[in-house]
This record gives sequence, structure tokens and C-alpha cells, in this order.
Amino acid sequence: MAARKTPKSVAPKPTTLLIATRKGLWVLGADAARRSWKLTGPHFLGHIVHHAVADPRDGRTLLAAARTGHLGPTIFRSTDRGRTWKEAAQPPAFEPGSGRTVDHSFWLTPGHASEPGVWYAGTSPQGLFKSTDGGATWTGVKGFNEHPQRKAWCGGDQDGTPDGPKLHSVLVDPRDPKHLYIAMSSGGVFESSDGGADWTPLNLGVKALFLPEPDPPFGHDPHCVRLHPRVPDRLYQQNHCGIYRIDRPANRWTDIGAAMPKSVGPIGFPMVLHPRDPETLWVFPMDGSDVWPRVSPGGKPAVYRSVNGGKTWQRQATGMPKSQAWWTVKRQAMTADQAPTVGVYFGTSSGEVWGSRDEGRSWKCIAAHLPHIYAIECS
Amino acid sequence: MRLSARERDGLKVLIPGLLRSYTAGAETVVLPAHATLDEALRHLDARFPGLRFRVVDEQASIRPHIKMFVDGALARRLDTPVADAKELMIVGALSGG
Repeated sequence: MAARKTPKSVAPKPTTLLIATRKGLWVLGADAARRSWKLTGPHFLGHIVHHAVADPRDGRTLLAAARTGHLGPTIFRSTDRGRTWKEAAQPPAFEPGSGRTVDHSFWLTPGHASEPGVWYAGTSPQGLFKSTDGGATWTGVKGFNEHPQRKAWCGGDQDGTPDGPKLHSVLVDPRDPKHLYIAMSSGGVFESSDGGADWTPLNLGVKALFLPEPDPPFGHDPHCVRLHPRVPDRLYQQNHCGIYRIDRPANRWTDIGAAMPKSVGPIGFPMVLHPRDPETLWVFPMDGSDVWPRVSPGGKPAVYRSVNGGKTWQRQATGMPKSQAWWTVKRQAMTADQAPTVGVYFGTSSGEVWGSRDEGRSWKCIAAHLPHIYAIECS
Repeated sequence: MRLSARERDGLKVLIPGLLRSYTAGAETVVLPAHATLDEALRHLDARFPGLRFRVVDEQASIRPHIKMFVDGALARRLDTPVADAKELMIVGALSGG
């Protein structure tokens, strides 16, 4: 019997990865089987690209958040999947007179499916910006940037992580465009139910071992927060102090990092969710002991997967080096595709891209010799 | 009416390599008379949109790794007079990594 051809309309879209690095943007495209990969680029050679994201609503718009060592921050836009680019006419910038300056745009999130053209950007230092014209012009979300409690939540602009405090993980509830979450390093996780006009901390249950209070309402250091697209009340968080899950409307996070092996620990930057199964997620642990080396624990890199919402974790390292590999994977540098058997991908601080086309069971280096990788997103 | 040298010759702006994507590769641009560095940069931005924000932040400060020299003198503020200047040199300061 002749093999049935998959109708073209439902054939899996070939995976394309946008690889944002410290020295520019590259694109890594796969064949339909995800066995063969082709690297193209660079775009914006020499620019520090913190994030590059494709718009799932139109399938052709890409935004890239960039700056250089000398030049200030901007956003580049393409409406033809990266063939041509234009700079935003009005990049994210704080209000004149506010005394604050955007050092770089760090995070990009397409808006709700019902709001084509809407994008959000999180910046360093912590600021939230919105575009309603596909990224051409940006204005501050006053409800956050000018919130009377913002400074209490975040500290000063000089506080925060070593390469600058950041607002990241801008999450839009697929059921309600006005229901938003943001996360800040440092500051914690915050929720808005009115499109960003007001914000409420959502941090109970999350450790903040660097603060004197045992269960403070804010001031935490979430590294990456994800909302499940099919079960939007389920959120996961990779934090500076562990791994957490919450099922809204609960307002207290559950520690799911305690189940990680003690020799590896629950510290890391990135976190990726299965696109369809809310119980399955992947993390990439790093060494958060003593002086915080922030490398693969013991020089033995591995992804850890849970298929039961974080109750238990399995090490997934087949194909990765068994020793002397001191990678770090940054918080935006891990992603998953939408294929029936999900592909998982991460990029390293040493410029390698690793991919698994069997949900993490086996891994292969699919690109190397790139600059320090900051972010990887499926396009 | 007799024109001053400045008005006759304009302000020659030396564009560094890192900004030539804005000027279509032009290494120098001549601007008409302006009173201050701020005015000159706004004029430059009108001709080459987006350029100013890459070198001046939203609080009207010259960005930390950008240096501007007006006739060879380091200008730290945007209200630096340029009415009689002949040359504005914009450079990327030394920064590594």
C-alpha cells in the first residue's frame, strides 16, 4: 500500500529558530524532519541582540531588540520574515524628565490574538512598553512605569542583576487581552487585570533568600516565567531560588524544585513548556552554589524534564558532553517547537545550539561557533 | 549682507562608521547654522531619522560611550554652542568586549 501523503495544510511547519546573540542575529532553519539545519545570517552584525521574536498572528513580522556597545537601544522590524528590516521610528524610552533611561530592550512579547499589531517590550532597567502598530512606535505603560510602588517593588535602577535589572516574561492571557503578567529581576512577578493600568504582586510562596523577610510580597528574582497556552491558569517559574508552579486563582506558588536531585539543585535561567501538555516542562539547571558559578553543574550539562507538573524530574543528557562542558543557558535561550513530537532547543553562552527532536530524549549540536547566545525563539 | 564663515561653509559633521547606516554611508554631512549642539543633532535626526536617539538618551544626555567634539573640544552637554563652530566630530568611545 502506498504511503498516504500528509495533506499540505496540516503538514508540520518546518522549524526555524531565531538566534539572538551578543554580536548579531542568525536564523537556523530545519528540513521537515528536523534532521538537517541550515544557518543564515548574520543580521545586524556587531549589535547586541537581546531578543528576536516572530509574530504568530501574521507569520511574517519579526522584531529584534538591539543595541551596540556605543549606540543606544532600538527595535528593528521586518514584515517579510527577515528579508528586509526597518528601525522603529520611536523605540522604547522613558518619559523625558523622569530621570530614567532605557539601557536596552530585553524582552519582546506579541500581544493578544485579537489585537494585531500590539506588542509589549520589557526593558533594563525595569520598564514596560507597548506598541499598537507592529513595533514601529512604542509608549510606556504608565500604569507600571509610573506606579507609585514601582521603586519599592524594583529598587533603584542601579540595583538588580549583574548586567542590569530587567523586566521580562511579559505574558498575555489568551482568554483576555487585559489580563497580563510580568516578571522582574529583581522585583518579582506581578499581575494586571486591566491591561496594565494597575499591578498586584504575585510572589507568595517563592523564596527570596537574599532578603531578610521569610515570605516577602515582592523583591524576588524570577528568572523566567511561562504561562501554559492551553491552560492559562497554570504558570511555572524558574527563579533564582528554585522552581515553582501556580494554578490560579491561587495566589501562592508551590515549590517544585525540591524534587530536583540535590547534586544538581533547582537553580537555572530558562524554562520551556510543552505546547499542548500543561504537565510537561523542561529546565536547564546551572550551578548556584557558593559564589554562583552559573555554569552546568559539575561541567556536565543536562536538561531536566518533568511530565507531572514538577512532582518528579528526569535527567535528559543523551548526546551532550559527559564532562568538562561549562555551559550557561540564558533565560530566553531555550524554546520548543509545535511539532507532534515536540522539538526542544537551547543556545549556550559558548555559541552552540543544541536540539532534540524527541522531546529531550536525545540531543545533537545543530550549530556551533556563534557568539554568546542570549535568546532562541521558534519562528 | 556679509555672511560669517560659519554661515557660508556650514557645520561639517564627521559621521563615525557606527552611524553611517543612517547616512547611507556618508562620512561627512554639512548642516546649516545652529545655535547649539542640541539643535544641530535635531537637524541631523530630521535628515537621518533615528540617529539622535542612538547617541542621545531620553533625558537629553549624550550616551556614555559616545563622545562629541566641537572644533576639537569635548562637548559634554547638548547646550554647547556651535554657532561659530566649523566641525562636529561624533565618535564611539573606546569600549571593548
